[in-house]
Amino acid sequence: MPEYTLKIRRFDPESGRAAYWESFQVELPPERSVLDGVLQARDTQDGSLSIRCSCQAAICGSCAVRINGRTGLACNTKIGEAFERAKSFGHDEIVVEPMGNMPVIKDLIVDMDAVHWKKVKRVVPWLLPAGDPPEREYVVPPESMIDVTQTMACIHCGACVGACLSLEVDPEFIGPAALAKAYRFVGDPRDAATEDRLRDLAEDPHGLYDCTHCFACVEVCPKGVAPMDQIMRLRRRATADYGIKDRNNGYGHEKAFVDLIERYGTLHEAQLLPRSYGQGSLIRSQIDPSSLKQLASSLPTVINGLKSGKVSPKAALWHHKLPDQKHVRRIYKEIHSKDERLELNLYIVGESGGETEGAMAEGSQES
Amino acid sequence: MKVAYWPGCVSRGFTPELHGAMAAVAPKLDIELVELDRANCCGAGVIAEHNQELVDTLNARTFALAQGVEGAAGMMNICSTCQGAQSECRERLDASSEYREAINEHLQPEGLTYRHDPDWWNKNFLWLLVEEIGLDSLRERVVRPLTGLKVAAFYGCYISRPSRRLGFDRHPERDRYLDMVIETLGATPVDYAGKHKCCGFPLITMNKETSLRQAGRHIADALDADADCMVTPCPLCHLNLDLQQPDAAKRVERDLGLPVLHFPQLVGLALGISPKELGMNKHVVKTDEVQRVVAGVAAAA
Repeated sequence: MPEYTLKIRRFDPESGRAAYWESFQVELPPERSVLDGVLQARDTQDGSLSIRCSCQAAICGSCAVRINGRTGLACNTKIGEAFERAKSFGHDEIVVEPMGNMPVIKDLIVDMDAVHWKKVKRVVPWLLPAGDPPEREYVVPPESMIDVTQTMACIHCGACVGACLSLEVDPEFIGPAALAKAYRFVGDPRDAATEDRLRDLAEDPHGLYDCTHCFACVEVCPKGVAPMDQIMRLRRRATADYGIKDRNNGYGHEKAFVDLIERYGTLHEAQLLPRSYGQGSLIRSQIDPSSLKQLASSLPTVINGLKSGKVSPKAALWHHKLPDQKHVRRIYKEIHSKDERLELNLYIVGESGGETEGAMAEGSQES
Repeated sequence: MKVAYWPGCVSRGFTPELHGAMAAVAPKLDIELVELDRANCCGAGVIAEHNQELVDTLNARTFALAQGVEGAAGMMNICSTCQGAQSECRERLDASSEYREAINEHLQPEGLTYRHDPDWWNKNFLWLLVEEIGLDSLRERVVRPLTGLKVAAFYGCYISRPSRRLGFDRHPERDRYLDMVIETLGATPVDYAGKHKCCGFPLITMNKETSLRQAGRHIADALDADADCMVTPCPLCHLNLDLQQPDAAKRVERDLGLPVLHFPQLVGLALGISPKELGMNKHVVKTDEVQRVVAGVAAAA
């Protein structure tokens, strides 16, 4: 039976001692889980070693920890594979730590209430239908629920919260799990508060436009929820369907970027900043007081760019159009004139299952 | 090796030194660059946020133009963000023939078609260097080993995650290539926390605080690990790490001042190209110290 060394981060607030590392030797087949390893160490070597767990089958979402620097379910990570990964970094021990972004209660147990659950509550995670409830159940066409099945797969393990790189620098960020949960209701045809929900999340400086688009949550989610994709869906709904002009420039940034590519084909960076601040408009950016203030605060950076020779005044003022820009414009026109947005969600159709009927989900394009 | 070359928007805009450095490095590695001057922006995640069909069509257009370059081994980019944004679209285009046909319809008036071909590739210069040219071949071409230079690798999110989409099952070491190249060039890779983290650039217009705290923290971590410089294959990361560094320093309340090199610049130094030709005088954080270390090594040799 192979032997593995688990290097575990220990912490017991009652001991008064700072967190420390302790190594445990365990013996089990490579296909068993890291959780099995931790439990063996607890059962045979130190009964005080603490980890939260229940189903041991990637369903309950209790045992998320950080293994060799990567957040994931301990029950869902094979110990043999974890060892191979450690070895590839030149280590002979599997490092197991509590997740990031949440206070540690003891050893591998973090305070989910203080962070994860608090943030989930923030997004009003229940249905807000209009009017009196129907006599019997709400009836919706089944295909209208397909779009939200991905977010419904969440098991609230908190892995995405623990790995989130925006949360690492802004603890107030609503975070990936809660925002994915918000989309579960924004995308639900029975919910009547869609616009209010979107407006609330878009206007929060730690909300919709505080996601840094790093894919960390997509990478670590054990259930394929892809929280960042749900955040992008929320943004799409907020801007395209409701035209919500938020004070975080989310609307302006998207509009500026998309419009500049339509006009030039490649990005005219010098115009992106002012247009983003001016809700997409260059003129507005120069007359609107809040936009002017933001522009002024960016001046030192602009001056640094000019001084270093990185940005030439010519590049700032003039941008060439692609030789075949008319085709880019035509593509924009063709797609924007459609009544519905065409979307292919690989979670729903499968990565190679798209050849079958019904492969394409169609999102709404309300206006 | 001949490649269809997509330089991206930023390398021809606010980081012209990157475009110039790549042009100087390519002949030293026998890479023939056929620039895709009709191709459009990859969308950088923003057009994807706006409309998926639009971004998939725009990138299918770029792929079709690249596939039309006769004799090209594949397509090469020099931007992590282009790599990630384009890989995302390609994943969808390749997953469903029905979807691909719908997208290709938009390309027809221009006489273009994106062909599904599992052997066709689109690689960042970093991937191309390790996988197509090889580290042994690179080592043979080093004329000025960067001995003594301590380099902190900074990958960029889009070239690191999601690992499944980015082909890590076939190339599991892609998250270590920068360190491998740094070693091959004779320099010393520095271990620090921020290597695979986010520079914060996507938030710079929306939440400057969250954006620059990220950049500042990673630079500070690299400095604490005794790095002489940082290197990145992503010009957007470069904007936040270099152009914005003075502002980032304020947000993390400490002095920074760490030079940040573009990946082709680091390679170019070891291949004997002059720092000036590599545009190293066009940085906000001065690269003099890096140039001094490199020149010192050359003088001693």
